Amino acid sequence: MKGLLAISSIVFTIGVLSIPVVWSDDDFNWKETGKYRDKSSGVAAITNPLYKEECGSCHMSYPPGLLPERSWVRMMSGLEDHFGDNAELDSETARSIEQFLLKNSADKSEYKRSRKFNQSIKSDVTPLRISELSYFKHEHDEIPKRMVTGNAEVKSFSQCNACHTKAEQGKFNEHDINIPGFGKWDD
Amino acid sequence: MRYRTKLSVLLIGLVVSLSLPGLIQAENKTVNKLLDIYKNQGATVADLKNGEMLWKKTYISKGEFPKRSCTTCHTEDLTKTGKHIKTGKEIKPMAPAANPDRLTSIKKINKWFKRNCKWTMGRECTAQEKANMLVYIENQTNF
Repeated sequence: MKGLLAISSIVFTIGVLSIPVVWSDDDFNWKETGKYRDKSSGVAAITNPLYKEECGSCHMSYPPGLLPERSWVRMMSGLEDHFGDNAELDSETARSIEQFLLKNSADKSEYKRSRKFNQSIKSDVTPLRISELSYFKHEHDEIPKRMVTGNAEVKSFSQCNACHTKAEQGKFNEHDINIPGFGKWDD
Repeated sequence: MRYRTKLSVLLIGLVVSLSLPGLIQAENKTVNKLLDIYKNQGATVADLKNGEMLWKKTYISKGEFPKRSCTTCHTEDLTKTGKHIKTGKEIKPMAPAANPDRLTSIKKINKWFKRNCKWTMGRECTAQEKANMLVYIENQTNF
């Protein structure tokens, strides 16, 4: 009986001691670090196939973390005149997309850029155009017009992915920038 | 010899002219189903020529692009890739001959007819107009 007790206590001790080893497994740690790095620089990537399909057929799928909840509510209530185009959806699809947008809006996001976008908006306004937000303007104020609005391959600041090659993945880092006809951008 | 050549030309012509309608009007269940629905909504036989006229017609609007037509984004050739007039995003060819995914979903066709008739013509299309344009799109080929 005593022997059995001794053996089981040894097994138990080894088990307890191995917890930190298993816990700090390389794979696990790497994933967490990657996640942390993304959250500290970008906005969340788009994971919803319905959103990509429905909203991405006419324009780039803008990551929901670029606007706060109230902006998405306003956007979804005016799809009949969506920046001059008709983008009406059936009510079931609209509801599902709105849920996705609200859940991932800038004011609910842990991502650094989403927070900055959100913080740059005055509380009494409900903007619809991402390119008119102060944080957006601040980040783009040094870029000459000829590279964007005067650039036939870019045309407008609305085409994030014309220069931000990983925009739809929520990545807006400087080293992912490639301005058509001009190349990399260094601040 | 001359007689045999004539005969074979005649035969080839006969075979081609008999099989052509079959080739063009390849069975499209989605389109047939929709045509039935439009019939129930008051449409008569679909008129391809009128569909073409509606597709190419220019409509006047008050908005950002005052002259609007289906061809504004889809171009005159439905077997070619189009381009969204505002965003510049590519639009895959409309003709099923060039893009087999086209005209395979009633839900999609309804969605785009509703949006694009309203943007282009300033109103929803009638069942007859939709039937006409549907057969026009269906029968665009690159040969």
